[in-house]
Amino acid sequence: MTSFLETAWLVVRKDLLIEVRSREILYTTLFFAVASVLVFAFGFVREGRAVAQAAAGILWIAIAFSGTLALGRAFERERINETLRALLLAPVDRPALYVGKLLGLIVLLGAVEAIVVPLVALMFQAPLFAHPWMLLALLVSGTVGFAAVGTLFAAMLVRARSRDVLLPILLYPITVPVIIAGVRGTAALLQADVDLPMARAWLSMLVFFDVVFITLALWTFEPLMTE
Amino acid sequence: MDFTSVAFADVTRTFGRRRVLNRISFECRAGEIVALLGPNGAGKSTLLSIAATLLEPTSGIVRYGERDAAPAGAALRRQIGLLGHDLYLYPELSAAENLAFFGRLYAVDGLGRRVASALERAGLGGRRDDPVAGFSRGMRQRLALERALLHDPRLVLLDEPFTGLDDAATAMLQQRLEDLRRAAAIVVVTTHDLETIEPIVDRAVVLHGGRLVPVEPGAGTLRERYRRLSGERT
Amino acid sequence: MNRAFPVLAIVLAAMFAYAPVMIVDAPYESTMGLVQKIFYFHVPAAMSMFAAAFVCGIASAVYLFGRRPQADRVALAAAELAALFGLVVLATGPLWARKAWGVWWDWDARLTSTLVLWLTFEAYLLLRRYGGPGSDRLAAGIGIFAMANVPFVYWSVNFWRTLHPKTTVVPSLQAGMREPFWFCAAAFLGLFVLMLVVRTRLEQRRAELEELYLALDE
Repeated sequence: MTSFLETAWLVVRKDLLIEVRSREILYTTLFFAVASVLVFAFGFVREGRAVAQAAAGILWIAIAFSGTLALGRAFERERINETLRALLLAPVDRPALYVGKLLGLIVLLGAVEAIVVPLVALMFQAPLFAHPWMLLALLVSGTVGFAAVGTLFAAMLVRARSRDVLLPILLYPITVPVIIAGVRGTAALLQADVDLPMARAWLSMLVFFDVVFITLALWTFEPLMTE
Repeated sequence: MDFTSVAFADVTRTFGRRRVLNRISFECRAGEIVALLGPNGAGKSTLLSIAATLLEPTSGIVRYGERDAAPAGAALRRQIGLLGHDLYLYPELSAAENLAFFGRLYAVDGLGRRVASALERAGLGGRRDDPVAGFSRGMRQRLALERALLHDPRLVLLDEPFTGLDDAATAMLQQRLEDLRRAAAIVVVTTHDLETIEPIVDRAVVLHGGRLVPVEPGAGTLRERYRRLSGERT
Repeated sequence: MNRAFPVLAIVLAAMFAYAPVMIVDAPYESTMGLVQKIFYFHVPAAMSMFAAAFVCGIASAVYLFGRRPQADRVALAAAELAALFGLVVLATGPLWARKAWGVWWDWDARLTSTLVLWLTFEAYLLLRRYGGPGSDRLAAGIGIFAMANVPFVYWSVNFWRTLHPKTTVVPSLQAGMREPFWFCAAAFLGLFVLMLVVRTRLEQRRAELEELYLALDE
């Protein structure tokens, strides 16, 4: 029987293989993120300078919005030919399917952030790379938290009606702590006098959130996916 | 785990206020090909889904050999092959990649060899590295069938497998079903193509109004007997 | 429960009738004066909302893992009540804030947390309404996540803002304020329990009706 890790790896590999070939989700998500940043800029840039600390908020909102889109698209792929059913039919640990989809999404969002973060730093003259490791830690733990909840919700909505609009409706309230922690943590790094202990505090909250919600997702994935 | 029969005992399935399956009881044994007939929307796909453990009955039990479905889990799923309406293929991947992916999930031995022979059987040897998105319906159908059977399942559930197949492919599928019967698999096929299924099927049942009725062997072709049965019911 | 029900209803009605009397008699708070008395309904409503959130979460877990249909009905009733009491909190909060601090809404930590939680339970209800068949199972997942999220929402919003009177409001209440407060708290929590039972009963009747419809089809 295929092991948990092997199943997860097979799913990730398959998702990344498909994505590398078509690059559809990557390009569209990336473009959407950049477009969002631009739209927010019109709201927050006055006389050529961004309003103080707008950069952190704009970054995380762009991640949240484009992440939601990517989630929808990723699971639409599994819905079209009912391949999600075929995956559930396979003699594998169902939670391993969740982990595989989650890792694939994290890689995708990571690729998007690799472009959007420097872009935001550039457009808003924000010293995002003054403390690169702390920023990376915040981005990773925040993205993981958002993706962990999002992957579960998107998977369980695959067979629901109105799934396109229900995903953000369900996802945003639950991931409010992630957004708050991500924004405030990043903002602490962008302040004139950088507040590292504050950033660390928010980071620990994010890590805690990740642990709790990934555990919860692994626990509830199978009963939520079976009818 | 292995088994030589599948039995439905008083299985009911409701969706909200709609009762799709109403106290279905029947049994299939190894080395048997059973045709599941009925009008569109009768619930044939639902029945197959329940047999495949993808759907749970609202009440009643499904037994695989001596065991009930509930505790068996992954080991049971290893023995089930399902060909659904929506072929379960990734259009962006090639034919070979689709088979290899599912083959690995099912921990199939000698995967490379089996994928190659599956592709040959499906007549897709020359197109093995082409993405499925470019295939015709018939090609996809043939590939989907191979995907469902790649791991040599004991229980074979085929939902309208003859759709989109030309004469040659139809004959090959008929032969394939015969081979499965000889290999002591339990085969349940839903179809509207009564003439095609008639020569190979052992028995036929009709799902109508949520109830399952056997088509008695007797005078006349399968279609005539089916019509009589449906006529009586309407 | 059948016989206790009207008794409880009458007792609660009496409590709510008497509550204003107790509130009027309560001493005035030093800085805010009369407007502070909204607190006697505002905080108990918040307590009921949290109670509803936890009942929903636990019932959802029981439904998802234990498959008991009764648990699903309790979860739905609790979610509706969480939204309802949340609305009371969100209505009385700004009224209090406007008079006490001059602004309708200033992103105060507790009210913001309540708003987020309220949105979560509204999402639960929207899912049940528009999600199509099978959405009861999915909503159970949301119920569990909503309950697990309560501490995170509270901590993150709290850490983000602080203007609300500290948690220590209750213990450090002046002597005269404690009685009316706990009286109203008891009244609100009793109301929550009563409405939960009624609403669950309604769902039960509805399920029985569905069974009858199905039996008709036989």
